[in-house]
Amino acid sequence: MGLDFTVLPAFFALLLVGAGWTIAITVAAAILSFFGGIFLAVIALYGPAVLRYPFRLFAWLFMGTPLLLQLFLIYFGLIQIGIDLPAFVAGVIGLGLHFAVYNSDIIQAGILAVDRGQYEGARTLGLSRVQTIARIVVPQAVRSVIPPIGNNMIALLKDSALVSVIGVTELTLTAQLAISRTFRPFEFYLAAAACYYLINLVLEAGLRHIERRIQMAR
Amino acid sequence: MDIDLILRVYPFFLKAALVTIQLSVLTVALGLLCGSLGAAARLSRSWGLRLIGATYVSVIRGTPALIQLFILYFGGPQIGIQLDAFEAGVIGLGVNIGAYMTETIRGAIVAVDKGQTEAARTLGLSRSETMRKVILPQAARLMIRPLGVNINAQIKGTALVAAISVVELTYTAQRYIGSTYKPFEMFLLAGAIYMVIIHVTGLGVSWLDRRARIT
Repeated sequence: MGLDFTVLPAFFALLLVGAGWTIAITVAAAILSFFGGIFLAVIALYGPAVLRYPFRLFAWLFMGTPLLLQLFLIYFGLIQIGIDLPAFVAGVIGLGLHFAVYNSDIIQAGILAVDRGQYEGARTLGLSRVQTIARIVVPQAVRSVIPPIGNNMIALLKDSALVSVIGVTELTLTAQLAISRTFRPFEFYLAAAACYYLINLVLEAGLRHIERRIQMAR
Repeated sequence: MDIDLILRVYPFFLKAALVTIQLSVLTVALGLLCGSLGAAARLSRSWGLRLIGATYVSVIRGTPALIQLFILYFGGPQIGIQLDAFEAGVIGLGVNIGAYMTETIRGAIVAVDKGQTEAARTLGLSRSETMRKVILPQAARLMIRPLGVNINAQIKGTALVAAISVVELTYTAQRYIGSTYKPFEMFLLAGAIYMVIIHVTGLGVSWLDRRARIT
């Protein structure tokens, strides 16, 4: 059985819909992982011990185990405790939490790198501890770690392919649907790869644009 | 928490862990080979080789590893490549991590002070002697830690082959989640084994890194 790329056009619309869902799940998970990462970082550095240690355990567990395993835990675990979420939502939560832990690690380093004088200055000017952290320290920290967080977003886009195994109809799964009708895996997976590559190029260009703007704002 | 269940199924998980360890060792070995060749190509004087190296890194890092694995395993037979799931997993993931290692190795070589090359060349060493005797020994030290990060990612990355039905740790966990409806217990069991593998590997990397620093 040779290659026959003429089968692709008939499924173009299907793959496009899949690509749309891949973008949707990536954006949703990216937002969750960004704010989740800030939240986890602040808890890990400033939170009370009763919160700090469970959060560290959670982070340690999530950094040491495969994403695929975590997706199985979340998808099947939520069903077990009676929460029957759509696969899309479970996928966003799984991807979002996984990358929130990685982002939190980066943001913590960013917070620690913010000059201590900023904190002291803000407190001296009468800002409360919470205000100082939320309005002075975190914004500066996050700005300084945008490049490595951007790398995580690129990794997130590619890892979004994993949610196909819990049944989210994104790019990888739509390619599989087309394959189940045509029995042409090579052509359709290659087409899916090309789509991911294109989305990746756009995402990288966007991140570079954001990095340049932040550099200028400084 | 169902301790009895964990005690009953853990031998199957340990057996699966051996497959995960095998996959990790083989993919890392293949990745180091691809990474060395890739870095050599990217730093070559020939623009053809540089283009090949850059394309390899860009294409592999720009697409999901899962899709690469599917192209090789399901699409391979169409272009005359017949592999069983384990072989496809080793080759697919090895070539994948190789692209990341290419950048790690290249980065370490480029990070060696330029004065070293200039001095060695001035002292009459040829280009290849300079690379072998002056640059690489210094670069090797710089790349231990970042390669350790690649290896850590790859150990977790071996879970992907569960999607092509290789009976390794994640596949086993998934099967037992399906049959016992105890996702939390199965996650903890498989997770604990991954942790042990990753931390033991991490200790090895730190040990190598410390030794490389002393000499």
